Parts: sequence; structure tokens; C-alpha cells
Amino acid sequence: MSGVRVLVGTKKGAFVLTSDGKRKQWEVSGPHFGGWEMYHLKGSPVDPARLYASQSTGWHGQLIQRSNDGGKTWEPVGNKFAYDGVPGTHQWYDGTPHPWEFKRVWHLEPSLTDPDTVYAGVEDAALFRSADGGQSWQELSGLRGHGSGPRWQPGAGGMCLHTIILDPSDPQRIFIAISAAGAFRTDDGGKTWKPINQGLHSLYIPDPTAEVGHCVHHIAMHPSRPGVLFMQKHWDVMRSDNAGDSWQEISGNLPTDFGFAIDIHAHEPETLYVVPIKSDSEHYPLDGKLRVYRSRTGGNEWEPLTKGLPQRDCYVNVLRDAMAVDSLDKCGVYFGTTGGQVYASADAGDNWSPIVRDLPAVFSVEVQTLS
Amino acid sequence: MKESMPRSVVRVILPPHLRTLAKVGSEVELEVETRATQRSVLDALEARYPMLRGTIRDQVTQERRPFLRFFACEEDLSHEPPDTPLPDAVTSGAEPLIILGAIAGG
Repeated sequence: MSGVRVLVGTKKGAFVLTSDGKRKQWEVSGPHFGGWEMYHLKGSPVDPARLYASQSTGWHGQLIQRSNDGGKTWEPVGNKFAYDGVPGTHQWYDGTPHPWEFKRVWHLEPSLTDPDTVYAGVEDAALFRSADGGQSWQELSGLRGHGSGPRWQPGAGGMCLHTIILDPSDPQRIFIAISAAGAFRTDDGGKTWKPINQGLHSLYIPDPTAEVGHCVHHIAMHPSRPGVLFMQKHWDVMRSDNAGDSWQEISGNLPTDFGFAIDIHAHEPETLYVVPIKSDSEHYPLDGKLRVYRSRTGGNEWEPLTKGLPQRDCYVNVLRDAMAVDSLDKCGVYFGTTGGQVYASADAGDNWSPIVRDLPAVFSVEVQTLS
Repeated sequence: MKESMPRSVVRVILPPHLRTLAKVGSEVELEVETRATQRSVLDALEARYPMLRGTIRDQVTQERRPFLRFFACEEDLSHEPPDTPLPDAVTSGAEPLIILGAIAGG
């Protein structure tokens, strides 16, 4: 019997939502780690019972939790994130140099092949790796050592490394994204990195086509086509067909191309989902209507998906890690809001219904398809 | 033969989130050297409850987290150097060392 497990990170704890393959009846477990900010939870693709979770508060800093039973029980593992060598400086909001300081883990990305290997994207931006199930962490410091680090600067939410994509066809290739430095790629397992921002155009930086400085919000890749990337930038939805070497805008007929989340249909690599947000100064849907937009053509042509979603007086946001898909047939699509709703569609976005309505603000949503 | 340092029991009151994390009640008792300091008490606390590492002091700098304070005997000891001996009333176990979270909303 197939089923799905939805891992939800919120401002005040984590929740685990489970259902069978029909995805109509849901069980809600939680809050786990009540009162803590849960930026992200994610399961191992090779051992679905192995989960990792990022737990933090302003009082007590960062913890990493690990589960070996699908989220029923958890144990704290290592939380020492020490930058490699002398951390150096990046730009502060006012352009002055500011020392690199660890604040929190935004994203955890388990290895595609080893349940004990997991990557962590942190604020201030850096990439860490653990090969012992999260007990100890080592920085892949070639990223900050790329040379452009002193020119990176924080976005409004902090200078966070929020996206980590592992290439299933090439274990040496990893994509990451940082707000507001941009996207980077390694082809040698993390030793050396190059910025992959050619084609991005950002009016909020002095040189709109600079090598670094772009506020990339999220990137998605379909595992069957690892050379094709889709990006939701601060403004603009973008596409690359050459592993990030260059990008083209695919915003097309979107009513606004500001947003945070972007994801891809599990079985149709040209079918994309975004949630347009009004603007960088008004982080809620246009006209109070919560609409997911779907493109079946790899971008440019978009259709609004509204059935089951509030179409008046809705002023929530959908954050960058708060959308995910399952791999059942039909593909399930899920997203969480800052108003505490987690919406699900069991038919690729045609119809939506809330799994839960009243959670704390949702930071992240990940889905595990269970066989 | 080397003489062992005299030891005493210090009481520490933890904030609620850390009680949950360490699976303890509001107060824990730690055996430390008689001339205990903030550092030696926190070292003993983290040795007994490794899951608390990094939650009171930064893992790398070992500095007190800015939203936490250390109180004892109705005094704020937060800005005392970490190797300053704690008050006798704390090292004798008469008074607890209180680790307190700042009041904050949100």
C-alpha cells in the first residue's frame, strides 16, 4: 500500500502529516519540538525512515535532530558548525565588511545514496557536510573561498544558503543558491565552485548583470533531467538548459513574477508550479487571491489553479522551501503558508484542499512517497 | 599521592526548552570542584547532558548566548568572567545557579 508523509517545519514546531495513496484522510502528528523554529525537515531518499530536522531558537541557537523511525522518535545529533579557517568578511546591509557568523541551518539535503551523509545550508552562507549521520559537520569551504565571498550580502531574511540540489547523474555535481549572492555549482564534489548567474538581471544591485549579488529565492530540478534548472528569483522566473551556465526568463503571462517557491511535476519535467506574490514590499498574493500557477510548457505559458484555494481576502505568503510534490500517480502537490495552512492537491494541481488550517507559520514542506 | 580537589554539589535551574531537551526537571544537581565557576559548572552540565552543548554557550566561541542570563543569590552574574568563582551559597548548594531566557515575544 502506497502512502505519503508530509514533513512540515513551522515557526513553533514540526508536524508530520500522513495519508494513504488516496490522500484524502490525514493523520497529524505534532508539534514535535514545540516552541522551536523548525526551518526544515527532510528524509533520506535511500532510507525513508531516516529524517533530519533543523531546530533553532534565538535563545538556544541551533540543534540538529535525527529520526530513524520516520519521525516517531528523535535524537539530537551534532550542532557544531565551525567555519573552516579564518571566516573572513562579507558585506553587511550598508556595504561595510561584516564577519561571517553562524546563525542557523536553513536547509538539510540528505545524500541520494547514503543515509548517513547529509548536507546543511547555513546562515551566514556556507555549505556543511556530515558523513556520520549528523554527528559531526565539516564545511565545504571552497564555496566561500571562491573569491567573491567578500562581495556577498544578506537578503532581508539574512545571508542564507537555502537551496542544495544533488545531481543524480553525477555525484560530483552540486548546485546551491544563496540570498543574496546567487547560484553556484561545483563539478568536483565541493572543492571548487563557480557562480552560475549569467542571464540573471536584477535591478536592485548596482550592476544588474553582475557575477554575484542576485537574490535567488529557490531552484528546482527534475531528477530525470539534471541539466535543466528552474529558478524563482526575487523578481523573475528563470530557466537554464545547460546546468546553470546561462538562464532565460520564462515569466511569460504570470500576473507578477515575484515569489519564493517553485517546483516540478514528478512525472512531467516540463510542468512547473509557482505561487506569485504581489511584490518585494508586499509579501502576499495579488488581489487577495491565493493562486498556484502551472506551466505545462516549461515556462512562459502559465495557468492559474484556484479550485479549493481562497479567492478573496487571502494575505499569506508561501516561503521558498514550502512547496513539494509526491511521486504517486497522479502527482500530488503540496504547499504551506505563513497563515498556517498546508494545502494539498492529489491531481497535479487541478483541485486543492487544506490538510491542516491552523498551524504556526509554515517555513518548509517536504514530501516522502512511501511504498 | 596526588590529593583530589574537594568537591561539592551545585544546583542549576534550566529554562523550559532545555529541560525538555535534556529530559530533566527544572533543577539538576552537578558535582563540581568546591571553587566552582560558571565555566566549570557549564562544563559539568554539558558533560552530563551532551545535548545541551551549544544551547547555553556558543559551540565555537564558548560565549554566553546573548538572550540568556545567569542569576544567583539575587544577582546578575551574566557579565562576570567565566572563571570567577561562584558565590559560596551556590557552591555550597544553598542557592541555585539560574539560567534564564530573556523575555521575548513572537
